[in-house]
Amino acid sequence: MEVAQQEILTQAAAKETTKVSGSVALLEALIAEGVDTIFGYPGGAIMPIYDALYDYNEKLNHVLVRHEQGGTHAGQGYARTSGKVGVVFATSGPGATNLVTGLADAQIDSTPLVCITGQVFAHLLGTDAFQETDVINITTPVTKWNYQVTDANEIPEVIAKAFYIAKSGRPGPVLIDITKNAQIQLFDYEGYTPCNHIRSYRPKPIVRHQYIEQAAALINQAKKPFILFGQGILLGSAEQEFKAFVEKSGIPAAWTILGAGAIPTDHPLNVGMLGMHGNYGPNVLTNECDVLIAIGMRFDDRVTGRLDKYAKQAQVIHLDIDPAEIDKNVKTTVPVWGDCKETLPLLTALVEEKQHTEWVKLFNEYTRKEVEAVIHDELNPTSGEMTMGEVIKQLNDLTHGEAVIVTDVGQHQMVACRYAQFNKTRSNVTSGGLGTMGFALPAAIGAKYGAQDRTVVAIIGDGGFQMTCQELGTIMQTGVDVKIIILNNRFLGMVRQWQELFNERRYSFVDIQSPDFVALAAAYRIPGKCIAEREELQGALKEMLDNKGSFLLEVMVTKENNVFPMVPQGCSVSEIRLK
Amino acid sequence: MENTINEIKKVSPTGRDLEGAGKQEYNITIYTENQVGLLNRIAIIFTRRKINIDSLNTSPSEIESIHRFNVVITESEEVVRKLTRQIEKQVEVLKVYYHTNEDVIWQELALYKVSTDVIAEKVSVERLLRENGARAVVIRKDYTVFETTGHREETDNLINILQPYGLIEFVRSARVAIIKDSEGFNSKLREFERLEPGEEVIENEYLNKGAKVFTM
Repeated sequence: MEVAQQEILTQAAAKETTKVSGSVALLEALIAEGVDTIFGYPGGAIMPIYDALYDYNEKLNHVLVRHEQGGTHAGQGYARTSGKVGVVFATSGPGATNLVTGLADAQIDSTPLVCITGQVFAHLLGTDAFQETDVINITTPVTKWNYQVTDANEIPEVIAKAFYIAKSGRPGPVLIDITKNAQIQLFDYEGYTPCNHIRSYRPKPIVRHQYIEQAAALINQAKKPFILFGQGILLGSAEQEFKAFVEKSGIPAAWTILGAGAIPTDHPLNVGMLGMHGNYGPNVLTNECDVLIAIGMRFDDRVTGRLDKYAKQAQVIHLDIDPAEIDKNVKTTVPVWGDCKETLPLLTALVEEKQHTEWVKLFNEYTRKEVEAVIHDELNPTSGEMTMGEVIKQLNDLTHGEAVIVTDVGQHQMVACRYAQFNKTRSNVTSGGLGTMGFALPAAIGAKYGAQDRTVVAIIGDGGFQMTCQELGTIMQTGVDVKIIILNNRFLGMVRQWQELFNERRYSFVDIQSPDFVALAAAYRIPGKCIAEREELQGALKEMLDNKGSFLLEVMVTKENNVFPMVPQGCSVSEIRLK
Repeated sequence: MENTINEIKKVSPTGRDLEGAGKQEYNITIYTENQVGLLNRIAIIFTRRKINIDSLNTSPSEIESIHRFNVVITESEEVVRKLTRQIEKQVEVLKVYYHTNEDVIWQELALYKVSTDVIAEKVSVERLLRENGARAVVIRKDYTVFETTGHREETDNLINILQPYGLIEFVRSARVAIIKDSEGFNSKLREFERLEPGEEVIENEYLNKGAKVFTM
């Protein structure tokens, strides 16, 4: 008995514990998770964490954004280019509610984020205290997981869970709300242990070989197979596995907006973009293929158009890590559940090496028609005002498809995604599912922190830029090198396009006025230039790219250009219009 | 375009058939961790799709620390299947099952408060209790509280009988249901606790009924 007691005492002594505050435990956890950059904004309820951060300045780079929404978008941009988890700090109340748009964006686009919000003291919860808001309930629909910490003892374990949940399986945003007392509270800290298992959480379904075999059998007998790929390939880091699959099977492949860059744009089997403003062939031929192979994509309505006339003739193979995506929108013949990094090589091993020459030729035929009807004039106009397309083309020529392109939402986004050249993966950062105007400028800041050795170009409309232009202050203060192109058509262009096509040109509140963007940039000590003439374009782009540090280039483009092709809402993909 | 609009009309924004084809009561059983906020996380999966929850009960399960939700909704199987997957996707949810009324044993409890004077004067209390399987829970000078347990029709029946005698107060509980062919959750939980669980716990059973799904 005595011996046993002695043993316990020795064990307790051997287990080194130190008293630290909840705030210090949080920062230690972030360092243990490999975090190097935090995007945040201080405030009353998160002050103890910021006080601790003061001593961690060398290990953790804190970027002071100008608005918490910008913090979340910067975190998203960082996550997209680096493949790591974006980390955001905000205070309680308005700080926390300002995160909601970014959380919703990250949730629908499966971006891994860990947001830490300060909260009022636990004893004040529910008293309508100053800057108190029910952030857990406000953010429940827009987070993969959220949790309120009221005791510092919980912090190491909760942060470990937060990172594990944010990055595993289908990634997503996690919010941890920490009451001020827990940030201050001293507790016995026993070090940090990363999380690798939660019993109620299965990040990825087990790969079932029978499905792989059934899928391979379908593919091998297919005459006109067609691959649709999405961000799942990037999120699973399965670019090589995907390329091997495409090249062995010889199947033409088209991408969703977030899948862009999973294989290079100029790969011979990359046949273009899907969806409402996607390419002609991929849309029309969706309704002619016999086997549709969807990989890491979720059949968004902007991709499918009218569902009851979508690929009804095809057998559908759906590879996805999220079981809830199977059969959600499109009925699947063979569900290949699992991480595509694991399933793709298994499938590649079973598919026959083939070349679908005639079938690929058909795609090329449609490309030729689209070039004639739309692309040629968009990219190579010789008279009149500049087009958005020619700006993207010139940019491609100068960056050789090596830059990270960050886009906002609207016409310029569709044009940029359609025409930008992506040689590398993790090069396209945009707000896909939520369509958040104001995304690009802060996301570009984060994208640069996530890929410091790459050129980051933000392409933004005149409308979206005015939603988050305060982040120019972040650029000024940090000196982060972001190239900004504003494609100014003096309209909220996409809404205007719809009003022209579907509302008899009743232009209702789309004629937005802008400030002098170059002067605005100058106020933030960022050099800039505005051009309206075609002859100046190449030189100005060069000047922007060659400038050491950030640069804002405003390009005046034609006012009433429409983005075509277009699948009008409520129409089938085969009803895509070229004009 | 006109044609499109007409055809779209029949379907609600969530893609559900508004004419109600194939709708019936489903009992959704959810095994979860015991976690603050989880009720809201589950409830919003229904409310986001504008689906009314007919009945909701939370209780302990056969396993300590594991909670069990019973949710009743009236929907088509396709909608219910999609809902169960969305629920199962939540981090703190272990497993979700759905069953029709035929697949479960279910009960609801109801309490009725009636004036004791009226009951004593006008009704034979003893006959009332016997005929409706009711039990007097409290008998006071001023009022009597009856209790019945059973299916909806049974508890409704006693309302109709008592209504003429001045039913002062009525309340019915949420539904609790036991799954007929379930062997309980103990063995499943052990699987969940393993780092590399077997196939069974990972996938929705609907896909295990392969023949019903594949049309190769």
